[in-house]
Amino acid sequence: MLYALCFLLFMIGLYCAVVKKNMVKIVIGIMVMEYAVNLFLIMLGYRFGGIAPIVDKGQLDLETGQIAAGFLNSSVDPLPQALVLTAIVISLGSLALMISICIRTYEKYGTFDITQIRRLKG
Amino acid sequence: MIVPLPAFVAIPLGTAFLLPVFAKRGKAVATVLANLATISLLVLAIASIGQTRVYEIGKWSIPLGINLVLDGLSSLLLLAISVVSAAAMLFSIRYMEQYTAKAKFLCLFLLMVAGMNGVALSGDIFNLFVFLEIASLASYALVGFGCEHEELEASFKYMVLGSIGSIFILFAVALVYGNTGSLNMAYISKAIQSSGLNRGLTFALALFVVGFGLKAALVPFHAWLPDAHPSAPAPISAMLSGILIKTLGVYALVRVVFNIFGISVSMGWLLIALGLLSMVAGAFLAIGQWDFKRLLAYSSISQLGYVVLGIGLGGLIIARDGNLAWASLAILGGLFHLVNHAVYKSLLFLTSGSVQMSTGTRQMKQMGGLAEKLPVTRATCTVASAAVAGIPPFSGFWSKLILVIAAIQAHFYWVAAIIVFVSLCTLIMYLKVQRYVFLGELPENLQEIKENRGSMLVAMVSLACLCVLMGLLLTPCLRSSILDPAVQVLTDGVLYSANVIGM
Amino acid sequence: MKGMTIIVKTISSWVKVLIFLFGIYIVLFGHLTPGGGFAGGVILASCYVLLMLAFGREYAEENLSLPVASKLDCVGALLFAAVALCGLLYGAASFFWNFIHQEYLVGTDYEFNLVSAGTIPLSNIAIGLKVGASLFLVVLVLSMFRPEMSGNKED
Repeated sequence: MLYALCFLLFMIGLYCAVVKKNMVKIVIGIMVMEYAVNLFLIMLGYRFGGIAPIVDKGQLDLETGQIAAGFLNSSVDPLPQALVLTAIVISLGSLALMISICIRTYEKYGTFDITQIRRLKG
Repeated sequence: MIVPLPAFVAIPLGTAFLLPVFAKRGKAVATVLANLATISLLVLAIASIGQTRVYEIGKWSIPLGINLVLDGLSSLLLLAISVVSAAAMLFSIRYMEQYTAKAKFLCLFLLMVAGMNGVALSGDIFNLFVFLEIASLASYALVGFGCEHEELEASFKYMVLGSIGSIFILFAVALVYGNTGSLNMAYISKAIQSSGLNRGLTFALALFVVGFGLKAALVPFHAWLPDAHPSAPAPISAMLSGILIKTLGVYALVRVVFNIFGISVSMGWLLIALGLLSMVAGAFLAIGQWDFKRLLAYSSISQLGYVVLGIGLGGLIIARDGNLAWASLAILGGLFHLVNHAVYKSLLFLTSGSVQMSTGTRQMKQMGGLAEKLPVTRATCTVASAAVAGIPPFSGFWSKLILVIAAIQAHFYWVAAIIVFVSLCTLIMYLKVQRYVFLGELPENLQEIKENRGSMLVAMVSLACLCVLMGLLLTPCLRSSILDPAVQVLTDGVLYSANVIGM
Repeated sequence: MKGMTIIVKTISSWVKVLIFLFGIYIVLFGHLTPGGGFAGGVILASCYVLLMLAFGREYAEENLSLPVASKLDCVGALLFAAVALCGLLYGAASFFWNFIHQEYLVGTDYEFNLVSAGTIPLSNIAIGLKVGASLFLVVLVLSMFRPEMSGNKED
């Protein structure tokens, strides 16, 4: 069910990116898609009633260096969180680049409307 | 010689960040450093031919940590990337003098090389996505480097479609992780073999095809390419057309389809269909173009179709349990064409840059009779055109011949016929280039132009020599060390996982 | 752009130190608590962005000019590469090999101290520098709008 909502968000983003005529709205659509995927990744690793995957003194047996079994069984999966962090960094980079290109294009053409930005053809 | 694999990523990345330090003091230092980086990568790529290794970063063992895998296919790709990037870098020493901010250009160029090398080496599916994004982000910025109307528009178009492709790939990675619980390619492949494809994985495969198809500009997804490639500065067009679409698109797609999911009959047909569509549509669209670089860009789509067609044909034969020798011949044709195309298409884009720099235009109708004024450009362009059209001693002929033989052997006569037909169309479009650019009347306003000198000529002539000599790759000695291991990787298919885990 | 009202200026001149300190804390303790180079770097950058919003772009540029931020950006990246390279050179081990931890800290009872994770805090500092500088650069360059710069670094 939750996955379906994620997919719905993804489709909304795709719709926005494909249909809208304003460059900034297209960028927003792409970012909505990006965040839908991030949400999906986070939910893959989520566990209801789970705890944060951070080891502290309570969970570590200092003699053997073993982590308590209860911790392993109840913590959420940390790997997707690392993936999402990386994906967010990347999307930050591409967002900055997209916005700067939008600004430069606005400078040249004086509009954000992609139907009026049509020098290239074929 | 044992090359530490991270060097392929670390050298360009480190140099890229070293360059802005020299931005004020001198462009010369930055240029020399960047050239040193690409040339050392070329040396490393040659040194690593024929090796097969797994490198565990930080000594974390395979399923836990990130690993880099060097096998035949990767080293073939690395070789192609470093040859093209060394030539393009050499070319840009002089060519980029007409733009401002050369240090930024070099920095982005090296970032792109680092990303591509990373894609070729990565043994981890998420890492593949990260490197792919580094390379594509750098290329978006480079396409819009000139900051003129057309360039910005092309860059935005490219960036929107490219980002959508990347997000599809990320979504597919998430689905694969959710269904198999691993991100390492070898372990994913193992999990898929033991459990079979379920619905989620099939959807992921479809998303991968669309995502990588967008990156590779195969025909239903090609809309950005004819805008983006001509708009970039010439050395970048050479990089984009020559190698970027192949690494990010074809290589990654083939790696995922063959080595992770395992080839199936329907997948084989899909690849063949994409290949044929790209070949035919690209060739027809190219013939009608009057913009020199735009024609080359459409021709890239068409030529990339050959690569996908050859690999798909081989995959189809494997999936039907057909004759393995036929399959490997088809794949050999596809991969050989990939390398050939990298060399001659980048050469063609470099010559178009040379023409554009001399004449100041890309419109073929405004040119003519340049053969006297630009003798070296003319000669190298003729060599490359002959290669792309498949005239016998040049490289393109051999790969197309192999593809035709493979198609006939496997009783796909109509495929062979289409290959020959598209080859004829290619010949027509390059005769058009020769006729309108280099022969005919010299227009009044172009009487004064001179041949470009220095590094641009060196880059073009060395690539032209490679074009002539590429046929030598088929001699038994070179073939067994360079091409055959790459073919082996694909014919092995999902055995890849056993190979990687076993090492 | 001459900044906002006196209230905003006063408050942000008090708060900026705290934000900066918090950013440094997040960077340094990234291996023990949630956070790390990226999150800390974003906080560091946001401190300068706050200055820029409150006092105007010129004031922020006096504190951290564009070339300096660009240099810091590169230094961060190179530091990160150097940490990775040290792992390679140290005892012919692997790239990114956590040499400090493996050689000196295994078997000691440093767990959960500041120096318990070998090279990870060093990498965090490098990433914090890089992210902080480049994020500030992005906002600065975008706010300039007109001048001849479209430099963007991704990481």
